[in-house]
Amino acid sequence: MNNENLPETSNNREENMSQITGTQGDTSTSSSTPARTVATHSLSDVAAARSAKVGKPVAGSTGLEAKGIHAWFGKKHVLEDISLDFFSGTVTALIGPSGCGKSTFIRTLNRMHEFIPTAALAGQVILDGKDVYDPGVDVTQIRLKVGMVFQKPNPFPSMTIKENVLSGLKLAQLKIENADELLESCLRRAGLWNEVKDRLNEYGGALSGGQQQRLCIARSLAVNPQVLLMDEPCSALDPGSTLRIEETIRELASTISIVIVTHNMQQAARVSDYTGFFLSDGGPGRLIESSTTSEMFTNPKEKRTEDYVSGRFG
Amino acid sequence: MSQSAAIVKPQHPWKLTPKDLITDLVGVLFTVVSTLAIVGFSPLKGKLGFVLTLIVMSIVTTSAISGFKKDRKAAVNASTSVLVYIAASFVLIALASVIYEIFRLGATQLSPGAMFTQDMSQTASESPLTEGGLIHAVIGTFYIVTFATILSTPIGILTALYIVEVKGRFSGLVRFFVQAMSGVPSIVAGLFIFAVWMVQLGNAYSGLAGGLALTVLMIPTVARTSEEVLKLIPSDLREAGLALGATQWRTVAMVVIPAARSGLITAVILGIARIVGETAPLLLTIGGADAINLNPTQGNMSAFPYFVWKNLLIGSENAISRAWQGVFVLMVIVFIFFALARYFGAAKGSRKK
Repeated sequence: MNNENLPETSNNREENMSQITGTQGDTSTSSSTPARTVATHSLSDVAAARSAKVGKPVAGSTGLEAKGIHAWFGKKHVLEDISLDFFSGTVTALIGPSGCGKSTFIRTLNRMHEFIPTAALAGQVILDGKDVYDPGVDVTQIRLKVGMVFQKPNPFPSMTIKENVLSGLKLAQLKIENADELLESCLRRAGLWNEVKDRLNEYGGALSGGQQQRLCIARSLAVNPQVLLMDEPCSALDPGSTLRIEETIRELASTISIVIVTHNMQQAARVSDYTGFFLSDGGPGRLIESSTTSEMFTNPKEKRTEDYVSGRFG
Repeated sequence: MSQSAAIVKPQHPWKLTPKDLITDLVGVLFTVVSTLAIVGFSPLKGKLGFVLTLIVMSIVTTSAISGFKKDRKAAVNASTSVLVYIAASFVLIALASVIYEIFRLGATQLSPGAMFTQDMSQTASESPLTEGGLIHAVIGTFYIVTFATILSTPIGILTALYIVEVKGRFSGLVRFFVQAMSGVPSIVAGLFIFAVWMVQLGNAYSGLAGGLALTVLMIPTVARTSEEVLKLIPSDLREAGLALGATQWRTVAMVVIPAARSGLITAVILGIARIVGETAPLLLTIGGADAINLNPTQGNMSAFPYFVWKNLLIGSENAISRAWQGVFVLMVIVFIFFALARYFGAAKGSRKK
């Protein structure tokens, strides 16, 4: 179902497509085994249908860069030496089996990692040229710039839909001139406006799961973040809601950079420009490979990446 | 079953069939008859013997019927259910008999005109019940409980926030002390205020002193219940608040506490329920009075428990009736108050719908 919807949204990427499929043809004839061609056929098509916005930063906003991130819980080393660049205006998907540290990694990016009492960290996260872990950095400012959407929809139960969307402003004590305008634009960008415009004063809990998740996206957009981290945002949603959220992600990607953790290969192939593959072989999680999404799904450099994206393990 | 679109009636295939009902009825009859027989022909005598035999026989009969109809697992299940029902009915019987007695002895000779307009300063306890009242006790209990609630609600909830939200270095220690405090006998709280506030600091009997003593008792109840309530708030919500760039205080004040609101109100209600009937600490701190005292900071004060205690001590027929009336009025006031608190404390969404 989702595949059928894809061509509509990727029409404007025709010219890039030929380029990418061209390079894919070269490599696959030289090195790919028949098994891989069969297994990755649909995914590689999906991935190749997307254009990678390589090195095309959006004016006025800088990306996010993780440099040599290590993370520990107690004595357990859970992440080892992760370095990843997130260009502004792009979507980066993080894939890998459960327990390989993807969620831990994105939680280091907006300093949510430190809420776990036994957590420890090494490395740098560079935002606007500064390390977010520098002493003296106002951590609430970091979290304003780097928003987050969680795996489970978590609208605030004591607030109405409207209050939920605007809660970030109140929580961070930001002043706003025309709240109603912001409310509408955030709900529109999250693809929820038409469904809730007549019931803005109902409680957030009255919405369906997919609507709640889009409400949470709208909520994180209201504080105007530069980066949006999404931790398996569709894992509890039905295909229709998933599709709406993916459309939302693609619309948002023109203005902010998005990092999305997902277990759904199709989703990674559909929405992301770049993909990072995490894996833990019993020890700490490592970044096995990262490149453009089309490269990742058509021509992975690592055998383990190839096995994972083709569904042979994980 | 038919192919045509026949109208299907809603049914309850899991309900008992008439045959089941007959078996159950026979079982009940057998239980009662056999119990009567056993009590009649054995040394077991009296109500206690009857109740004990009835319990044993009902378990035996129920498990025998289920065991016969199904298997051993069903027998165990049935006998456990019977045990649970019996335990629950004991609690209900005790509660109902307490309420019944209070109604019987307290509500029958009410004379509301005098009761809520007069105190006992001009009236002897032995006087007819149409004279004298308990308005001084109403005022005293109102002052004392309000004072204790105003003091212990913020202290109790902030303590719970320290344990659950701040998770400071001493939260384990604080939790331990709160638990220890909730086990303190109430007279010790009274003695503490008596020794510190009155003997050491030289204050006289007053409603304030009584309120302080009850605060000592109320804080641990509010703190422990609030702690349990706050623990139930999903950490997702806290993370969502923090991830939006809020400080911890803003998250707690705007997200956690509103989400826990009805539970926190319950915590305060339980705290009030804990203290409203306390007698021992008040005897040491409020001094007791028969006249209305509108000044909570000075002078002897009365309260419902004191009123009841004093009239029971006097022991004449009318005095004991006054004591029961005090119990009855206290119960009604507490009930109304709790019902109001429940109504206004209900979760916003569920009330407006």
